Amino acid sequence: MIATTASPTTRPDPRGPAATPAARSAARPPTWICPECRTRHSLATALAQLYVCPSCGLHSRIGAWERVRQLADPGSFAKWDGELAAADRLQFVDTRRYTDRLAEAQERQQLPDAILTGAARIGGHAVGLAAFDFGFLGGSLSAAVGERLARAIEHCAGARQPFVCVTSSGGARMQEGVFSLLQMAKSVAALHTLAEAHVPFLSVLTDPTMGGSIASFAALGDVIIAEPRATIGFTGARVITQVTYEELPPGFQTSEFHHARGLIDHVVERPALRSTLIQLLRVLAPAGAATGETAA
Amino acid sequence: MTGGRPRPAAAPDAAAAKAAWDHIEVSRHPDRPYALDLIERCLSDFTELHGDRQGGDDAAIVIGLARLGDRPVGVVANQKGRTLEERGRRNFGMAHPEGYRKAQRLFRLAGRLRLPVISFIDIPGAYPGVAAEERGQAWAIAQTIEAQLTLPTPYVAVVIGEGGSGGALATLLADAVLVLEHAFLTVASPETAAAILFRDAGRKQHAAAALCLEAENLVRWGIADEVVPEPPGGAHTDWDATAELLRPRLEAHLTRLVAAGADAAARRERYRRIDGLADAATRSAQA
Repeated sequence: MIATTASPTTRPDPRGPAATPAARSAARPPTWICPECRTRHSLATALAQLYVCPSCGLHSRIGAWERVRQLADPGSFAKWDGELAAADRLQFVDTRRYTDRLAEAQERQQLPDAILTGAARIGGHAVGLAAFDFGFLGGSLSAAVGERLARAIEHCAGARQPFVCVTSSGGARMQEGVFSLLQMAKSVAALHTLAEAHVPFLSVLTDPTMGGSIASFAALGDVIIAEPRATIGFTGARVITQVTYEELPPGFQTSEFHHARGLIDHVVERPALRSTLIQLLRVLAPAGAATGETAA
Repeated sequence: MTGGRPRPAAAPDAAAAKAAWDHIEVSRHPDRPYALDLIERCLSDFTELHGDRQGGDDAAIVIGLARLGDRPVGVVANQKGRTLEERGRRNFGMAHPEGYRKAQRLFRLAGRLRLPVISFIDIPGAYPGVAAEERGQAWAIAQTIEAQLTLPTPYVAVVIGEGGSGGALATLLADAVLVLEHAFLTVASPETAAAILFRDAGRKQHAAAALCLEAENLVRWGIADEVVPEPPGGAHTDWDATAELLRPRLEAHLTRLVAAGADAAARRERYRRIDGLADAATRSAQA
């Protein structure tokens, strides 16, 4: 990585760009390079644009902390389940030890695992907010991610607060084998508590949302919103091509592709995402749930 | 306590890989009894039902009504093909969204008529194709998972061959899960796992070993309830004997579940409590 370039999957952290080593040490203003069109922008511009490339419109992948910064009312986020981290039940070794991969990801992403959950306010509405971190082993579903997700959901059911989940996940975590697979069941079992409490679940799909994540909780939102041009699907395009030799249609597995087929309610650009959620929460936030005074 | 240590922390060696692969080969043996072979031998009065009532009938998933002993049951099963023609028609057992919607129909029907459900799992994976994606494969699987976790009647699942990924989970989430001795349940096929982990599908044997696919592990980990033995050499050597070993176990579990009044809330609790976390402290915090 170029020393003066901040990647949104790792930096800036919620303390702001000035807290990052790159920002402190740089002789010239820090920059951000669009991973798609490779155009260089100032980091200040990238932050102001929510890491949507001003040149090509790419909604670049952002980390969980940055997602919270973009969606939650300032200062409203309080994280849950601080220490709950992944385990190596299979003592898994492929080309590297799973424990080494985990330790590296925890250090790099400043997260215990691939999801951040907590209490937040969005436009004054008290919600439970979950954000996946694709930079943490591809946002994959470990047992700890599943447990954090389930606890967040159940907390929302108990508190009668809407649950907002922003998914960015490649799907299952191979290194946790069948434990990872069963997180699909765990998350859906937990979601039933929301149904019983008549509490809404707003599912936001971002690039990418694949495999076990979209084939469980993420597809079961009462309302499903996706960011533009996110890759969403059960099987990845590369595997489909290898297994079936099929030609992929234009725009295959994009947000727009699924929206056209009735699988996603809205494709919403990142700058409008917060206001879209607020509009929905005005209708769906359960009566009697605490609301603050923060304006949109 | 389900904290087994299947093996020391080292990459699987060649012998472990070979042993793991032999297990997979038996589960995929071309003469292995498929779901309809076991349904015919374990159940009576089986009547297949066709279609998802939404425009499709996926032959990779079979649903129907039958009796297990004296007890009426609903049946849902993955079905591979025996002949070349049948394999094509049933898409090698790999279901499309219509198959999962057909399974949902069976779960709804069973709930309405108060029928217990028995499912037979034998699927390489949900079909990885363009048409499946276009028609909402992921959504169909998610909704089928939900349908199982709201089914109000007792439900027994048996993995009879391959239990491939989310496509298997869609008909697996029962009150009692049985696994035939040489069957397996996996997060991804060994070939896919090898492609992801080693960037080399040829290392499928090592992937199979690393994933700890032995059936008894599922019991140790609290994911399955029982391993059902197969005849010596594997189920392909004797279909009748395989069914004779399986039927009494299906009956025993279903009788137990009916007596216990198994319901959806208990089933959701079972899957909510799936383990896989770090240590005893974390687990007690979870309780």
